[in-house]
Amino acid sequence: MQTLEILEEKTAAAKTAPINGSQAVLEALLHEGVDTVFGYPGGAIMPIYDALYDYNDKLKHILVRHEQGAIHAAQGFARVSGRTGVVFATSGPGATNLVTGLADAMIDSTPVVCITGQVFAHLLGTDAFQETDVINITTPVTKWNYQVTDATEIPHVLAKAFYIAGSGRPGPVLIDITKNAQLQLFNYEGYQKCEHIRSYRPKPIVRKEFVEQAAALINAAERPFVVFGQGVILGKAEEEFKAFIEKAGIPSAWTIMGMSAIPTDHPLGVGMLGMHGNYGPNVLTNECDVLIAVGMRFDDRVTGRLDKYAKQAKVIHLDIDPSEIDKNVKTTVPVWGDCKETLPLLTALVTRKIHTAWLNKFHEYRKKEEEKCIAAELNPAGDEMTMGEVIQLLNELTKGDAVIVTDVGQHQMVACRYAKYNHSKSNITSGGLGTMGFALPTAIGAKYGAPDKTIVAIAGDGGIQMTIQELGTIMQFQPDVKILILNNNFLGMVRQWQQLFHEKRYSFVDIQSPDFVQVAKGYHIEGQKVSERSQLKAALETMLNHKGSYLLEVIVGKENNVFPMVPQGRGVAEIVLSKDEI
Amino acid sequence: MPNKNNTTTGTTASDKPEYTITVYTENQIGLLNRIAIIFSRRKINVESLNTSPSEIDSVHRFTIVINETEEVVRKVCRQIEKQVEVLKVYYNNNEEIIWQELALYKVPADIIAAEVKVERLLSQHGAKAVVIRKDYIVFEVAGQREETDNLIKVLEPFGLIEFVRSARVAIIKNSEGFHKKLKEFEYREPGEETIENEYLSHNEEVFSM
Repeated sequence: MQTLEILEEKTAAAKTAPINGSQAVLEALLHEGVDTVFGYPGGAIMPIYDALYDYNDKLKHILVRHEQGAIHAAQGFARVSGRTGVVFATSGPGATNLVTGLADAMIDSTPVVCITGQVFAHLLGTDAFQETDVINITTPVTKWNYQVTDATEIPHVLAKAFYIAGSGRPGPVLIDITKNAQLQLFNYEGYQKCEHIRSYRPKPIVRKEFVEQAAALINAAERPFVVFGQGVILGKAEEEFKAFIEKAGIPSAWTIMGMSAIPTDHPLGVGMLGMHGNYGPNVLTNECDVLIAVGMRFDDRVTGRLDKYAKQAKVIHLDIDPSEIDKNVKTTVPVWGDCKETLPLLTALVTRKIHTAWLNKFHEYRKKEEEKCIAAELNPAGDEMTMGEVIQLLNELTKGDAVIVTDVGQHQMVACRYAKYNHSKSNITSGGLGTMGFALPTAIGAKYGAPDKTIVAIAGDGGIQMTIQELGTIMQFQPDVKILILNNNFLGMVRQWQQLFHEKRYSFVDIQSPDFVQVAKGYHIEGQKVSERSQLKAALETMLNHKGSYLLEVIVGKENNVFPMVPQGRGVAEIVLSKDEI
Repeated sequence: MPNKNNTTTGTTASDKPEYTITVYTENQIGLLNRIAIIFSRRKINVESLNTSPSEIDSVHRFTIVINETEEVVRKVCRQIEKQVEVLKVYYNNNEEIIWQELALYKVPADIIAAEVKVERLLSQHGAKAVVIRKDYIVFEVAGQREETDNLIKVLEPFGLIEFVRSARVAIIKNSEGFHKKLKEFEYREPGEETIENEYLSHNEEVFSM
């Protein structure tokens, strides 16, 4: 641990010599184990960038092309690694460009610490150049935020920031530091990690009686059903979760955010929940007798109409965030706590069982879905390629070991429906916010968070154009990111809705695209475009085997729809398999 | 529910019961906004909001009044308690609290001098003169909404110059204060947590997560 020793020496030296606020920021990052920062410089954060010049050997800084790219990259880094992502941005527009990413990280519980520069403290409120009230703009989309105007606050405020971002239910934290504080010399007394804030309780206490009640319900259940979300991944409780469902023999379905917590081919994994999830998990939600929700929040895209959701079932809800209990679905037994702690307690109390008949029901529904939806998607009869067959081929080639970062829309739903995963933290997508433009910058960050993994960004022709400038980041820093554009020459998901619910009035979904391969070439990124099925496999192989980043554009059917679908305003059991049923 | 003379805002959801939310917090810049937007995001009108020190040094106390169903109030309270700098949240209906508002009335001095009955009316309403000047007198009344509202009507014919009423302050009848709880918060070893979901076994008398 040579680096640690150097660190300690550095800290000891710092004790005697005063340092400025900017150096204190970088020292804090090093003490928190940060090695990668995504950012973009500007006037009000220049002192921090000046200090960074001397920390080049310890902190990798990835210069993005837009601050939204920086925060998405930090999210990607955090989501694949389980560590906190770090962002630098300047005041005013630099900071406001972070807002989408903050909202995304907030709703998807991603630990990110953003450090923004701010105008000199004496200029606050004077409409100074690039002054924006960043704290108040970001309050609704941060777990915590704080403005530093005095350098002496920096060590303990940053310690708090990292503690809050990463503990309990994780989330984004923004620290706004005025320029004077960045420049101010002060007597640095070393860095102490924050481990306790009296007003903040990251984990609710585990109440044994509720665990016991939950176990009793599960043991008496004939048709128990587990629905799980990202809480399993965030809690690093994949093994505990598997042990639980395997002992109790309970069919388990994932939300889009919980996907990859268990391998997609796990015998008890019955598929994805939600609007474009699998048939069985949706229908059988309304037939189970005990519904066990683990680390998920009953999003409306999962529940459909709430008054038609699992009304027959007793509901057990395991969650670390007490405000999620009873928020959307009334709970019979709340098991508050970190599921890494609560699941083993529950596993100890449940009896070993196999629910063969019940599990077979899922398989029956799976068969129906395969006949009516999946077959045509994976083995289409026509010449037009489907998104599903592209994902299927990708599965074959990556063998489920790649990290797939998706954008938002039809390709996202198809990717999540058909992608295979062997490892946790492999499905990175904007679940809660549905942020178009998410895939490319997030994939860049993911590569830094998981350098040994194959990272495939899958985007539509719409979403890729929202953050396409991040090709510049790839050009400059050479992270190996495979970019797969599934181009249907439409804003496909909106088009699908317009077709199904707005009498095919295609209002501004006909989007034109540049020649993506040429654009990539302009950034010195190799690529190709395929529109014939016969070329697809070779093209995917070329992409995956290429040394370095590669862009592959695949032309898919223009008017394909994603099915099954729970139409908005209907119950999960009213899921339809084709447009004729709507 | 009493106290439904909507002299404050026009958008009161008067068919919903009134709840008083008591929030113990750190004294931190920006926290008022963080709490306020929890209401505005859900389009809930804040009928009254008061911030003050609490019985504990360095701990602030918010008293917030809204008209909402208990279910909504409970959810909102959980969202408030989730904020990093919030220590504790309680919610209560009007039967569970003792509450007061303070009203000030500025009245022309000459009328008071001329009309003896005004002085009688004032004392009937428990008004106390806080400032007496040649040109006007300022009276104060502490009480509930009905009482302070009534005095407006009484004084209007005599040329009420100015009127202002404070936010509600409330004491929870049932609570034993926050002192003991706070000590737990402060002295617990990091990681060890206080009992959180005691409201479940408390007959929902006092909200507490």
